[in-house]
Amino acid sequence: MWKSPRTGGLAVLVALVTLAPLGFPNAYFYDVAVNALFNATLCVGLNLLVGYGGQISLGHAGFFALGAYGSALLTGRYGLPPLAALLLSAGVVGALAFVVGRPILKLKGHYLAMATLGIGIIIHIVLKTESAVTGGPDGLGVDAFSVAGLTVSGDQAWYWLAAVLVVIAVWLSLNLVDSPVGRALRAVHGSEVGAEVVGVDTTGYKVLVFVVSAVFASVVGSLFAHKNGFITPDIGSFFRSIEVVTMVVLGGMASTFGAVVGAVLLTLLPQFLASFEDYEAMVLGGIMMGTMIFMPKGLLPSLRLLLAKRRRTP
Amino acid sequence: MFAEFLQYLFSGLTSGAIYALAGLGFAIIYNSSHVINFAQGEFIMIGGMATATMVAAGLPLPLAAVLAVVATMAVGVALEKFAVEPARGADVTAIVIITIGASIFLRGAAQVLWDKEFHALPAFSGDTPLRLAGATLMPQSLWVVGAAVVVIALLWWFFNRTLFGKAMLATSHNRLAAQLMGIPVRSVLVVAFALSAMLGAVGGIVVTPITFTNYEAGIMLGLKGFSAAVLGGLGSGAGAIVGGLLVGVAEALASGYLSSAYKDAIAFVIILFVLFFMPSGLFGKKGTDRV
Amino acid sequence: MSLLTVEGLSKEFGGVHAVEDLSFAISPGTIHSIIGPNGAGKTTLFNLVTGIYTPTRGAIRLDGHDIAGRRPSELAGLGMSRTFQNLQVFFNMSAVENVMVGHHLHLDRRFWASLVRLPSVVRRDRACRAHCVELLDFVGLGRYVNSDAASMPYGALKRLEIARALAAKPRLLLLDEPAAGLNATESREIDEVIKKVAAMGVTVVLVEHDMKMVMGISDHILVLNYGRKLAEGTPTEVRANADVVAAYLGAHV
Repeated sequence: MWKSPRTGGLAVLVALVTLAPLGFPNAYFYDVAVNALFNATLCVGLNLLVGYGGQISLGHAGFFALGAYGSALLTGRYGLPPLAALLLSAGVVGALAFVVGRPILKLKGHYLAMATLGIGIIIHIVLKTESAVTGGPDGLGVDAFSVAGLTVSGDQAWYWLAAVLVVIAVWLSLNLVDSPVGRALRAVHGSEVGAEVVGVDTTGYKVLVFVVSAVFASVVGSLFAHKNGFITPDIGSFFRSIEVVTMVVLGGMASTFGAVVGAVLLTLLPQFLASFEDYEAMVLGGIMMGTMIFMPKGLLPSLRLLLAKRRRTP
Repeated sequence: MFAEFLQYLFSGLTSGAIYALAGLGFAIIYNSSHVINFAQGEFIMIGGMATATMVAAGLPLPLAAVLAVVATMAVGVALEKFAVEPARGADVTAIVIITIGASIFLRGAAQVLWDKEFHALPAFSGDTPLRLAGATLMPQSLWVVGAAVVVIALLWWFFNRTLFGKAMLATSHNRLAAQLMGIPVRSVLVVAFALSAMLGAVGGIVVTPITFTNYEAGIMLGLKGFSAAVLGGLGSGAGAIVGGLLVGVAEALASGYLSSAYKDAIAFVIILFVLFFMPSGLFGKKGTDRV
Repeated sequence: MSLLTVEGLSKEFGGVHAVEDLSFAISPGTIHSIIGPNGAGKTTLFNLVTGIYTPTRGAIRLDGHDIAGRRPSELAGLGMSRTFQNLQVFFNMSAVENVMVGHHLHLDRRFWASLVRLPSVVRRDRACRAHCVELLDFVGLGRYVNSDAASMPYGALKRLEIARALAAKPRLLLLDEPAAGLNATESREIDEVIKKVAAMGVTVVLVEHDMKMVMGISDHILVLNYGRKLAEGTPTEVRANADVVAAYLGAHV
């Protein structure tokens, strides 16, 4: 009985990503869709930290950018196979998150926000400045992604890869949330002392989920780099960190599918607004404020509550 | 050698004065509401941009400056009324997201209202540098530091000598008790935002002739102001001033002697260091969570 | 041997002595109450014993091993569990999930196993859930199993914390004012629950203002006043103690 929402939701997701391309008239749609699914995967990871763990991060674009640059450099300069480069980058980013995570996650509220923001900005500045390695603000070209001699090329191939990735990410997230580890994590969000006294190592779990979400960001960053073929330091900017947090907040904190919905909506939004670029910041800021003031639970959980209420009152 | 050091010191104290004003802005709002206003930097940007536009349109500088300060204070009050007040009682993460949203919104609005170009103001009293022990000092730097000193003195008078100022201090010590004593706690919040906006606007106006300003200028200045406030000890007025000057000087020295490319990173390295090793800052109070 | 021994325990907050030079011992299998006027240091004592505060001075021994300064999560592993005066419920979870977190140390906590949802994890989770539903029944919350904790009434939340603490399978259970804010009927129900818990062999330490409850169920009572020990003994001894009567002047002892 209590297992059906997860399997049901997963089935709907698989159906949606499988059927969506039927409505894509041209390659451009595939391109936008790939970005939406990449963002969704990143947000599913970030939601584990922000939504379930209750710990804010305003520097996640930094981890994304490190994954992207790691893959670009390891494949381009050191000739590593892309998959090995992706895994190695993810490992390094995970290790970095582990090292900085312990002191950072002792902090709460504003302090945690500021510390993660600081880490993100420092990463961004390093990527911009060390141009001998990163190419600086001019950016860096990235080789195609290939596994065992098969090259992923063309928007369709990337779409299917991104689709499989998001389904796996959602599956892992759903597994985790409804497990001893996930419950401990949510308990940390609910009450840290309450969790401590029944044996939950709260610092340990906070660091764990910080590392997990950083690894998610790194993996997506690696794939994004290969798909785009070109990266600049701005993929790790403060603005980008805020954007991904907004996706999670909009879709619904502590909702795996909410994170997917938020990411897809915010990625598609520019496509629907003419001359969006001018208003991008205003819209993003407005969404952040509006969501927190009028539906702090986010889109999907609020919708679910509304439906539940409707069902109860005939 | 010494001249060089003095040069860095001058430039550090100048930017430090701006960070101090921003840091004070954080402290005032934090004390009256325990909200960290991540939009603090936008006040600096709005003050500078508004003055620059009005001066370019032909208004005399003093009038333009006053109008810009009033406009920025109006934005501050609006921020409190429409974004912070409705979310009263929300958890810290929610408030952080709201004020960051406000920051992004304001910078977007500035981009729409004005443009993406840099805007300048002429120096208030000429560009002839003063010479001092081999270092040069721009007269505008004196304006910056002077304005900061005047504003801080006014604030001190307000909080220690006026009834409303004292009421605000009382509220920051114990909100409930203040409320029971008949202090209008809500107006305290509004005034706190107005004051912070004023601090930001003044800083933005005096610094624009030196650094120029554009729609993006606020974020970095604001975040550095926050570093200043945390370094000094969140909620401590004197701490914010000392913290601001320290951040400014550290930044100037590091960019002079180490690498100018990493100038903007210094404030964040400092803040991480402070948060990891002395989270209550230089002058902050230590607290114990009550269970 | 005593299960818990406290020797010369002191805690200062910026010069204020919340607990001062306190010594006592708790034998296994008993119900031990700590009483005293507001501000006597009862909750501070709980926070010291359960590792939330670090003592300024003194020793706290569990089974003879000093545990002062160890983290609450470590102490939970040694068989200590507690509830809180001001609730520390996980309001973002359902009632049964709250209790399942209590069972944390007895589950498969390997990250990878949880991530890929190994069948063994699912199996043990299902058993844990069944066990936790029983615990909810035990404390009288059978009808709230799948309710959101955030939607439950205050009295139910107090019992939810007891169920969560029990799920940790403690040897030593500390209850901080379990009957505060409850009506007479609810108080009596809590009373019954505590007796049943003690009958299972769990040592219970209780901070409580409800004197009727304290006198009725305690084997041993410790009276605190201004952070110091005022008296100690069986309910009859404490009731007859002149100092206690003086401190509680006007209260029904």
